[in-house]
Amino acid sequence: MTSLPKPLPAPDPATSEYWEGAKQGELRLPKCRDCGKFHFYPRTLCPHCGSVNLEWKNCSGRGVVYSYTVVHRAPSPAFEADVPYVVAVIALEEGPHLMSSIINVPADRVRVGENVRVTFRSAGSGDEMLPMFELG
Amino acid sequence: MPAGVVAGFFGIRPNYLSTVDLAGASGCSMIDQAIAAVESGRCEVALCVAGQNLLSNRSRSQAVQSMAERGSGHPQFEVPYGPLVPSLYALIAQRHMYEYGTKPEQLAEVAVTIRTHAGLNPNAHKKDPITVGDVLSSRMITSPLHVLDCAIVSDGAAAAVVTRADRARDLRKSPVYLLGSGYGLRHGYVGDAECLTTSGAVDSGRTAFRKSGLGPKDIDVAEIYDCFTITVIVELEDLGFCPKGEGGRFVENGNIGLGGQLPVTTHGGLLSGGHPGLGGGFFHVLEAVRQLRGEAGGRQVPKVEVALAHGNGGVVSVHCTLILGNAEN
Repeated sequence: MTSLPKPLPAPDPATSEYWEGAKQGELRLPKCRDCGKFHFYPRTLCPHCGSVNLEWKNCSGRGVVYSYTVVHRAPSPAFEADVPYVVAVIALEEGPHLMSSIINVPADRVRVGENVRVTFRSAGSGDEMLPMFELG
Repeated sequence: MPAGVVAGFFGIRPNYLSTVDLAGASGCSMIDQAIAAVESGRCEVALCVAGQNLLSNRSRSQAVQSMAERGSGHPQFEVPYGPLVPSLYALIAQRHMYEYGTKPEQLAEVAVTIRTHAGLNPNAHKKDPITVGDVLSSRMITSPLHVLDCAIVSDGAAAAVVTRADRARDLRKSPVYLLGSGYGLRHGYVGDAECLTTSGAVDSGRTAFRKSGLGPKDIDVAEIYDCFTITVIVELEDLGFCPKGEGGRFVENGNIGLGGQLPVTTHGGLLSGGHPGLGGGFFHVLEAVRQLRGEAGGRQVPKVEVALAHGNGGVVSVHCTLILGNAEN
Protein backbone atom coordinates (compact mmCIF):
# COMPACT_ATOMS: atom_id res chain seq x y z
CA MET A 1 0.00 0.00 0.00
CA THR A 2 1.40 3.39 -0.92
CA SER A 3 1.37 5.94 1.86
CA LEU A 4 -0.81 9.00 1.54
CA PRO A 5 0.99 12.30 0.97
CA LYS A 6 1.63 14.36 4.08
CA PRO A 7 1.58 18.15 4.00
CA LEU A 8 5.05 19.16 2.80
CA PRO A 9 6.85 22.40 3.57
CA ALA A 10 6.82 24.76 0.60
CA PRO A 11 10.11 26.72 0.86
CA ASP A 12 10.14 30.40 -0.07
CA PRO A 13 13.08 32.78 -0.56
CA ALA A 14 13.21 33.56 3.19
CA THR A 15 13.27 29.90 4.23
CA SER A 16 14.93 27.93 1.42
CA GLU A 17 18.32 27.95 3.18
CA TYR A 18 16.72 26.17 6.15
CA TRP A 19 15.29 23.41 3.97
CA GLU A 20 18.47 23.16 1.87
CA GLY A 21 20.40 22.64 5.14
CA ALA A 22 17.98 19.91 6.19
CA LYS A 23 18.67 18.04 2.93
CA GLN A 24 22.35 18.13 3.83
CA GLY A 25 21.79 16.99 7.41
CA GLU A 26 22.38 20.44 8.93
CA LEU A 27 20.11 22.52 11.14
CA ARG A 28 20.64 26.09 9.96
CA LEU A 29 19.14 29.07 11.74
CA PRO A 30 19.05 32.75 10.86
CA LYS A 31 21.19 34.98 13.08
CA CYS A 32 21.11 38.77 13.20
CA ARG A 33 24.43 40.44 12.36
CA ASP A 34 23.35 43.57 14.27
CA CYS A 35 21.97 42.29 17.59
CA GLY A 36 23.68 38.90 17.48
CA LYS A 37 20.52 36.91 18.30
CA PHE A 38 19.21 33.80 16.57
CA HIS A 39 15.55 33.60 15.67
CA PHE A 40 13.02 31.06 14.51
CA TYR A 41 10.99 30.67 12.31
CA PRO A 42 13.14 32.09 9.47
CA ARG A 43 11.86 35.37 8.01
CA THR A 44 13.14 38.40 6.15
CA LEU A 45 13.95 40.44 9.27
CA CYS A 46 15.11 39.97 12.84
CA PRO A 47 12.07 39.93 15.16
CA HIS A 48 14.28 41.09 18.07
CA CYS A 49 15.57 44.34 16.53
CA GLY A 50 14.02 44.71 13.06
CA SER A 51 17.33 44.46 11.20
CA VAL A 52 17.42 42.86 7.77
CA ASN A 53 21.15 42.20 8.12
CA LEU A 54 20.88 38.43 8.65
CA GLU A 55 23.15 35.44 8.15
CA TRP A 56 22.64 31.69 8.34
CA LYS A 57 24.53 29.64 10.93
CA ASN A 58 24.78 25.91 11.41
CA CYS A 59 23.50 25.01 14.89
CA SER A 60 24.60 22.34 17.30
CA GLY A 61 21.28 20.54 16.85
CA ARG A 62 21.09 20.10 20.63
CA GLY A 63 18.34 21.26 22.90
CA VAL A 64 15.82 20.23 25.54
CA VAL A 65 12.15 19.29 25.38
CA TYR A 66 10.27 22.50 26.31
CA SER A 67 6.88 20.79 25.90
CA TYR A 68 5.35 17.86 24.05
CA THR A 69 2.10 16.10 23.25
CA VAL A 70 1.39 12.54 22.18
CA VAL A 71 -1.02 12.68 19.24
CA HIS A 72 -3.51 9.80 19.35
CA ARG A 73 -5.97 11.04 16.74
CA ALA A 74 -4.40 11.82 13.36
CA PRO A 75 -5.28 15.18 11.76
CA SER A 76 -5.60 13.47 8.35
CA PRO A 77 -5.41 9.97 6.88
CA ALA A 78 -1.74 10.59 5.97
CA PHE A 79 -0.77 10.50 9.65
CA GLU A 80 -2.95 7.55 10.70
CA ALA A 81 -0.17 4.96 10.39
CA ASP A 82 2.03 7.03 12.73
CA VAL A 83 -0.21 7.34 15.82
CA PRO A 84 0.68 7.61 18.60
CA TYR A 85 3.43 10.10 17.72
CA VAL A 86 5.12 12.94 19.58
CA VAL A 87 4.85 16.59 18.56
CA ALA A 88 7.18 18.69 20.68
CA VAL A 89 8.55 22.18 21.16
CA ILE A 90 12.33 22.04 21.42
CA ALA A 91 14.31 24.78 23.17
CA LEU A 92 17.51 24.88 21.12
CA GLU A 93 20.89 25.52 22.72
CA GLU A 94 21.14 28.69 20.62
CA GLY A 95 17.94 30.09 22.18
CA PRO A 96 15.02 29.77 19.76
CA HIS A 97 12.15 27.33 20.23
CA LEU A 98 10.91 25.23 17.34
CA MET A 99 8.22 22.65 16.76
CA SER A 100 9.28 19.18 15.71
CA SER A 101 8.74 15.49 16.38
CA ILE A 102 10.62 13.22 18.76
CA ILE A 103 11.27 9.87 17.11
CA ASN A 104 13.00 6.55 17.70
CA VAL A 105 11.58 6.29 21.24
CA PRO A 106 8.26 5.00 22.62
CA ALA A 107 5.93 8.02 22.87
CA ASP A 108 5.33 7.43 26.60
CA ARG A 109 9.06 7.80 27.38
CA VAL A 110 9.25 11.50 26.46
CA ARG A 111 9.37 14.06 29.29
CA VAL A 112 9.72 17.84 29.53
CA GLY A 113 13.33 18.87 30.21
CA GLU A 114 15.01 15.89 28.53
CA ASN A 115 18.02 16.46 26.29
CA VAL A 116 17.47 15.94 22.58
CA ARG A 117 19.56 16.07 19.41
CA VAL A 118 18.51 16.66 15.84
CA THR A 119 18.15 13.97 13.22
CA PHE A 120 16.60 14.15 9.76
CA ARG A 121 13.85 12.11 8.24
CA SER A 122 12.44 12.03 4.71
CA ALA A 123 9.43 14.30 4.44
CA GLY A 124 7.75 11.97 1.96
CA SER A 125 8.55 11.75 -1.72
CA GLY A 126 11.65 13.35 -3.22
CA ASP A 127 14.70 14.44 -1.27
CA GLU A 128 12.94 16.81 1.14
CA MET A 129 14.04 16.20 4.74
CA LEU A 130 12.36 17.26 7.98
CA PRO A 131 14.42 18.01 11.10
CA MET A 132 13.29 15.75 13.95
CA PHE A 133 14.77 14.96 17.34
CA GLU A 134 15.91 11.95 19.34
CA LEU A 135 16.46 11.68 23.07
CA GLY A 136 20.07 11.88 24.19
CA MET B 1 -17.63 36.91 6.56
CA PRO B 2 -16.88 40.08 4.56
CA ALA B 3 -18.82 43.11 5.80
CA GLY B 4 -20.00 43.92 2.27
CA VAL B 5 -21.73 40.54 1.92
CA VAL B 6 -23.58 41.01 5.22
CA ALA B 7 -24.63 44.57 4.39
CA GLY B 8 -25.73 43.51 0.91
CA PHE B 9 -27.79 40.63 2.31
CA PHE B 10 -29.72 42.97 4.61
CA GLY B 11 -30.08 45.68 1.97
CA ILE B 12 -28.15 48.13 4.15
CA ARG B 13 -26.29 50.99 2.49
CA PRO B 14 -23.78 51.73 5.19
CA ASN B 15 -21.57 54.81 5.38
CA TYR B 16 -18.83 52.76 7.07
CA LEU B 17 -17.67 49.15 6.62
CA SER B 18 -15.07 47.00 8.32
CA THR B 19 -14.26 43.31 8.31
CA VAL B 20 -12.58 42.21 11.53
CA ASP B 21 -10.87 38.85 11.68
CA LEU B 22 -8.91 38.26 14.86
CA ALA B 23 -10.11 34.66 14.94
CA GLY B 24 -11.46 33.90 18.43
CA ALA B 25 -10.92 37.49 19.53
CA SER B 26 -13.13 38.82 16.71
CA GLY B 27 -16.32 39.12 18.76
CA CYS B 28 -14.74 41.24 21.48
CA SER B 29 -12.75 43.23 18.96
CA MET B 30 -15.73 43.96 16.71
CA ILE B 31 -17.56 45.59 19.62
CA ASP B 32 -14.48 47.63 20.48
CA GLN B 33 -13.87 48.71 16.89
CA ALA B 34 -17.54 49.52 16.32
CA ILE B 35 -17.43 51.78 19.37
CA ALA B 36 -14.33 53.48 17.97
CA ALA B 37 -16.18 54.02 14.67
CA VAL B 38 -19.22 55.49 16.45
CA GLU B 39 -17.11 57.70 18.70
CA SER B 40 -15.12 59.06 15.76
CA GLY B 41 -18.35 59.93 13.90
CA ARG B 42 -17.79 57.46 11.04
CA CYS B 43 -21.20 55.99 11.74
CA GLU B 44 -24.06 56.38 14.20
CA VAL B 45 -25.22 52.80 14.55
CA ALA B 46 -23.02 49.76 13.86
CA LEU B 47 -24.22 46.21 13.28
CA CYS B 48 -21.58 43.65 14.27
CA VAL B 49 -22.10 40.16 12.85
CA ALA B 50 -20.07 36.95 12.98
CA GLY B 51 -21.09 33.50 11.90
CA GLN B 52 -19.74 30.33 10.38
CA ASN B 53 -21.07 26.88 9.61
CA LEU B 54 -18.22 24.65 10.74
CA LEU B 55 -20.33 21.52 10.96
CA SER B 56 -22.68 21.47 7.99
CA ASN B 57 -21.82 20.11 4.56
CA ARG B 58 -18.75 18.23 5.72
CA SER B 59 -17.83 15.47 8.14
CA ARG B 60 -16.26 16.14 11.51
CA SER B 61 -13.05 14.50 10.20
CA GLN B 62 -12.96 16.90 7.27
CA ALA B 63 -13.42 19.81 9.69
CA VAL B 64 -10.57 18.51 11.88
CA GLN B 65 -8.24 18.08 8.89
CA SER B 66 -9.07 21.47 7.42
CA MET B 67 -8.43 23.21 10.74
CA ALA B 68 -5.15 21.30 11.27
CA GLU B 69 -3.77 22.12 7.82
CA ARG B 70 -5.10 25.64 7.30
CA GLY B 71 -5.72 26.72 10.87
CA SER B 72 -3.33 27.96 13.50
CA GLY B 73 -0.13 26.04 12.73
CA HIS B 74 2.73 27.48 10.65
CA PRO B 75 2.35 25.92 7.19
CA GLN B 76 6.08 25.23 6.76
CA PHE B 77 7.40 24.78 10.28
CA GLU B 78 4.51 23.17 12.18
CA VAL B 79 1.88 21.54 9.93
CA PRO B 80 4.35 18.96 8.44
CA TYR B 81 4.78 17.43 11.93
CA GLY B 82 1.09 16.55 12.13
CA PRO B 83 -0.26 18.56 15.06
CA LEU B 84 -4.01 18.84 15.44
CA VAL B 85 -5.26 22.25 16.51
CA PRO B 86 -5.81 20.64 19.95
CA SER B 87 -2.13 19.54 19.94
CA LEU B 88 -1.06 23.19 19.92
CA TYR B 89 -3.06 23.72 23.13
CA ALA B 90 -1.85 20.41 24.53
CA LEU B 91 1.69 21.81 24.34
CA ILE B 92 0.55 24.69 26.54
CA ALA B 93 -1.21 22.32 28.94
CA GLN B 94 1.81 19.99 29.24
CA ARG B 95 4.15 22.89 29.98
CA HIS B 96 1.68 24.33 32.52
CA MET B 97 1.54 20.94 34.25
CA TYR B 98 5.34 20.79 34.29
CA GLU B 99 5.85 24.29 35.66
CA TYR B 100 2.96 24.50 38.12
CA GLY B 101 1.81 20.97 38.84
CA THR B 102 -1.57 21.50 37.19
CA LYS B 103 -3.49 18.21 37.08
CA PRO B 104 -5.69 16.59 34.41
CA GLU B 105 -8.48 16.55 37.03
CA GLN B 106 -8.27 20.34 37.25
CA LEU B 107 -8.53 20.69 33.47
CA ALA B 108 -11.53 18.36 33.64
CA GLU B 109 -13.18 20.58 36.29
CA VAL B 110 -13.34 23.37 33.70
CA ALA B 111 -15.18 21.14 31.22
CA VAL B 112 -17.58 19.89 33.90
CA THR B 113 -18.48 23.38 35.19
CA ILE B 114 -18.98 24.80 31.71
CA ARG B 115 -21.15 21.80 30.74
CA THR B 116 -23.29 22.47 33.80
CA HIS B 117 -23.77 26.03 32.54
CA ALA B 118 -24.67 24.77 29.06
CA GLY B 119 -27.37 22.61 30.65
CA LEU B 120 -29.06 25.83 31.76
CA ASN B 121 -28.88 27.42 28.30
CA PRO B 122 -31.72 26.33 25.99
CA ASN B 123 -29.59 27.24 22.94
CA ALA B 124 -26.55 25.19 23.95
CA HIS B 125 -25.30 22.43 21.63
CA LYS B 126 -24.33 19.90 24.37
CA LYS B 127 -26.40 19.87 27.56
CA ASP B 128 -26.01 16.43 29.17
CA PRO B 129 -24.15 16.71 32.47
CA ILE B 130 -20.64 15.21 32.67
CA THR B 131 -18.31 14.35 35.56
CA VAL B 132 -14.56 14.66 36.03
CA GLY B 133 -14.42 10.88 35.57
CA ASP B 134 -16.25 11.20 32.24
CA VAL B 135 -13.69 13.73 30.99
CA LEU B 136 -10.70 11.64 32.14
CA SER B 137 -12.10 8.46 30.60
CA SER B 138 -13.10 10.14 27.33
CA ARG B 139 -10.92 9.45 24.31
CA MET B 140 -7.37 10.82 24.57
CA ILE B 141 -6.89 13.08 21.55
CA THR B 142 -3.48 14.64 22.12
CA SER B 143 -2.09 14.27 25.61
CA PRO B 144 -2.96 15.63 28.07
CA LEU B 145 -6.19 16.71 26.32
CA HIS B 146 -9.13 14.31 26.07
CA VAL B 147 -12.00 14.84 23.66
CA LEU B 148 -14.03 16.48 26.46
CA ASP B 149 -11.19 18.98 27.04
CA CYS B 150 -11.79 20.27 23.49
CA ALA B 151 -14.33 22.65 21.99
CA ILE B 152 -17.11 21.15 19.94
CA VAL B 153 -17.72 21.96 16.25
CA SER B 154 -20.97 23.78 15.50
CA ASP B 155 -22.92 26.01 13.15
CA GLY B 156 -24.00 29.40 14.41
CA ALA B 157 -23.89 33.15 14.31
CA ALA B 158 -24.07 36.11 16.64
CA ALA B 159 -24.79 39.81 16.26
CA ALA B 160 -24.88 42.99 18.30
CA VAL B 161 -25.87 46.61 17.69
CA VAL B 162 -23.53 49.36 18.88
CA THR B 163 -24.38 53.04 19.14
CA ARG B 164 -23.78 56.15 21.26
CA ALA B 165 -25.00 56.11 24.86
CA ASP B 166 -27.39 59.04 24.29
CA ARG B 167 -28.85 57.33 21.20
CA ALA B 168 -29.29 54.06 23.14
CA ARG B 169 -31.20 55.55 26.08
CA ASP B 170 -34.66 55.37 24.51
CA LEU B 171 -34.21 51.96 22.86
CA ARG B 172 -36.39 49.05 23.95
CA LYS B 173 -33.49 47.11 25.44
CA SER B 174 -31.52 48.62 28.28
CA PRO B 175 -28.03 49.55 27.12
CA VAL B 176 -24.81 47.90 28.21
CA TYR B 177 -21.75 50.15 28.32
CA LEU B 178 -18.14 49.46 27.40
CA LEU B 179 -16.06 50.50 30.42
CA GLY B 180 -12.67 49.43 29.12
CA SER B 181 -10.97 47.36 26.45
CA GLY B 182 -7.49 46.13 25.66
CA TYR B 183 -5.47 44.04 23.25
CA GLY B 184 -2.42 41.84 23.59
CA LEU B 185 -0.18 39.56 21.55
CA ARG B 186 3.02 37.84 22.64
CA HIS B 187 3.55 35.31 19.84
CA GLY B 188 2.36 34.52 16.34
CA TYR B 189 2.86 30.77 16.48
CA VAL B 190 3.02 28.34 19.38
CA GLY B 191 6.20 26.66 18.11
CA ASP B 192 8.41 29.70 18.46
CA ALA B 193 6.72 31.36 21.47
CA GLU B 194 9.25 32.26 24.14
CA CYS B 195 6.80 31.26 26.85
CA LEU B 196 3.74 29.04 26.52
CA THR B 197 2.28 29.51 29.99
CA THR B 198 1.84 33.31 30.05
CA SER B 199 -0.12 34.95 27.23
CA GLY B 200 -0.98 38.34 25.79
CA ALA B 201 -4.09 38.25 28.02
CA VAL B 202 -1.82 39.83 30.65
CA ASP B 203 -1.55 42.91 28.44
CA SER B 204 -5.14 43.02 27.17
CA GLY B 205 -6.50 42.59 30.70
CA ARG B 206 -4.20 45.17 32.24
CA THR B 207 -5.18 47.77 29.64
CA ALA B 208 -8.91 47.04 29.94
CA PHE B 209 -8.81 47.24 33.74
CA ARG B 210 -6.77 50.46 33.69
CA LYS B 211 -9.20 52.15 31.28
CA SER B 212 -12.20 51.08 33.32
CA GLY B 213 -10.67 52.02 36.66
CA LEU B 214 -11.72 48.59 37.90
CA GLY B 215 -9.87 45.45 38.94
CA PRO B 216 -10.46 41.69 38.86
CA LYS B 217 -12.26 41.85 42.24
CA ASP B 218 -14.93 44.11 40.71
CA ILE B 219 -15.94 41.52 38.08
CA ASP B 220 -19.24 39.75 38.83
CA VAL B 221 -19.10 37.31 35.93
CA ALA B 222 -16.28 36.48 33.47
CA GLU B 223 -17.13 35.18 30.00
CA ILE B 224 -13.74 33.73 29.16
CA TYR B 225 -12.81 32.15 25.85
CA ASP B 226 -12.76 28.40 26.37
CA CYS B 227 -11.65 26.66 23.18
CA PHE B 228 -9.89 24.13 25.42
CA THR B 229 -9.92 23.59 29.18
CA ILE B 230 -6.31 24.80 29.53
CA THR B 231 -7.22 28.09 27.83
CA VAL B 232 -9.52 29.01 30.72
CA ILE B 233 -6.88 28.23 33.34
CA VAL B 234 -4.17 30.31 31.61
CA GLU B 235 -6.55 33.23 31.00
CA LEU B 236 -7.85 33.29 34.58
CA GLU B 237 -4.23 33.68 35.70
CA ASP B 238 -3.24 36.18 33.03
CA LEU B 239 -6.30 38.37 33.59
CA GLY B 240 -5.38 38.58 37.27
CA PHE B 241 -8.16 36.51 38.86
CA CYS B 242 -5.51 34.34 40.57
CA PRO B 243 -1.71 34.27 40.72
CA LYS B 244 0.25 32.64 37.88
CA GLY B 245 0.29 28.89 38.35
CA GLU B 246 -2.76 28.87 40.65
CA GLY B 247 -5.35 28.50 37.87
CA GLY B 248 -5.72 24.76 38.39
CA ARG B 249 -6.59 25.21 42.06
CA PHE B 250 -8.80 28.23 41.27
CA VAL B 251 -11.19 26.18 39.11
CA GLU B 252 -11.68 23.43 41.73
CA ASN B 253 -14.71 22.92 43.98
CA GLY B 254 -17.17 24.78 41.79
CA ASN B 255 -15.27 28.04 42.22
CA ILE B 256 -15.95 29.09 38.59
CA GLY B 257 -19.53 27.79 38.63
CA LEU B 258 -22.79 29.56 39.42
CA GLY B 259 -22.62 30.35 43.13
CA GLY B 260 -18.81 30.18 43.07
CA GLN B 261 -16.36 32.99 43.69
CA LEU B 262 -16.26 33.87 39.97
CA PRO B 263 -18.86 32.38 37.62
CA VAL B 264 -17.07 31.78 34.29
CA THR B 265 -18.47 31.30 30.78
CA THR B 266 -22.01 30.96 32.02
CA HIS B 267 -23.62 30.19 28.62
CA GLY B 268 -21.68 26.96 28.15
CA GLY B 269 -18.94 28.46 26.02
CA LEU B 270 -17.16 26.75 23.17
CA LEU B 271 -16.68 23.54 25.16
CA SER B 272 -20.42 22.85 25.34
CA GLY B 273 -22.51 25.81 24.17
CA GLY B 274 -21.24 25.79 20.61
CA HIS B 275 -18.23 26.74 18.50
CA PRO B 276 -19.09 28.12 15.08
CA GLY B 277 -15.66 29.66 14.42
CA LEU B 278 -15.77 33.46 14.50
CA GLY B 279 -19.26 33.43 15.98
CA GLY B 280 -18.02 31.30 18.88
CA GLY B 281 -16.06 34.07 20.56
CA PHE B 282 -18.95 36.49 20.02
CA PHE B 283 -21.29 34.41 22.20
CA HIS B 284 -19.14 35.32 25.21
CA VAL B 285 -19.88 39.00 24.58
CA LEU B 286 -23.60 38.32 24.17
CA GLU B 287 -23.66 36.33 27.40
CA ALA B 288 -21.99 39.20 29.25
CA VAL B 289 -24.72 41.51 27.90
CA ARG B 290 -27.49 39.08 28.92
CA GLN B 291 -26.02 38.72 32.41
CA LEU B 292 -25.82 42.50 32.76
CA ARG B 293 -29.45 42.87 31.65
CA GLY B 294 -30.66 40.08 33.91
CA GLU B 295 -31.82 38.07 30.88
CA ALA B 296 -29.81 34.89 31.51
CA GLY B 297 -32.71 32.83 32.87
CA GLY B 298 -31.75 29.76 34.89
CA ARG B 299 -28.07 30.63 34.69
CA GLN B 300 -28.44 34.26 35.81
CA VAL B 301 -25.79 35.37 38.27
CA PRO B 302 -27.41 37.57 40.96
CA LYS B 303 -26.72 41.32 40.96
CA VAL B 304 -24.39 41.56 37.99
CA GLU B 305 -23.08 45.11 37.54
CA VAL B 306 -19.75 44.49 35.82
CA ALA B 307 -18.89 41.67 33.43
CA LEU B 308 -15.71 40.75 31.61
CA ALA B 309 -15.60 39.17 28.15
CA HIS B 310 -12.35 37.83 26.82
CA GLY B 311 -11.54 36.44 23.38
CA ASN B 312 -8.37 34.82 22.13
CA GLY B 313 -7.43 34.00 18.58
CA GLY B 314 -4.69 31.97 16.99
CA VAL B 315 -3.30 29.73 19.68
CA VAL B 316 -3.51 31.92 22.79
CA SER B 317 -1.99 34.51 20.50
CA VAL B 318 -4.31 37.49 19.80
CA HIS B 319 -6.22 38.71 22.85
CA CYS B 320 -9.03 41.19 23.33
CA THR B 321 -10.61 41.94 26.71
CA LEU B 322 -13.82 43.93 27.24
CA ILE B 323 -15.13 45.18 30.57
CA LEU B 324 -18.83 45.89 30.32
CA GLY B 325 -21.24 47.44 32.79
CA ASN B 326 -24.94 48.19 33.09
CA ALA B 327 -24.21 51.77 34.14
CA GLU B 328 -21.91 54.36 32.59
CA ASN B 329 -18.51 54.79 34.20
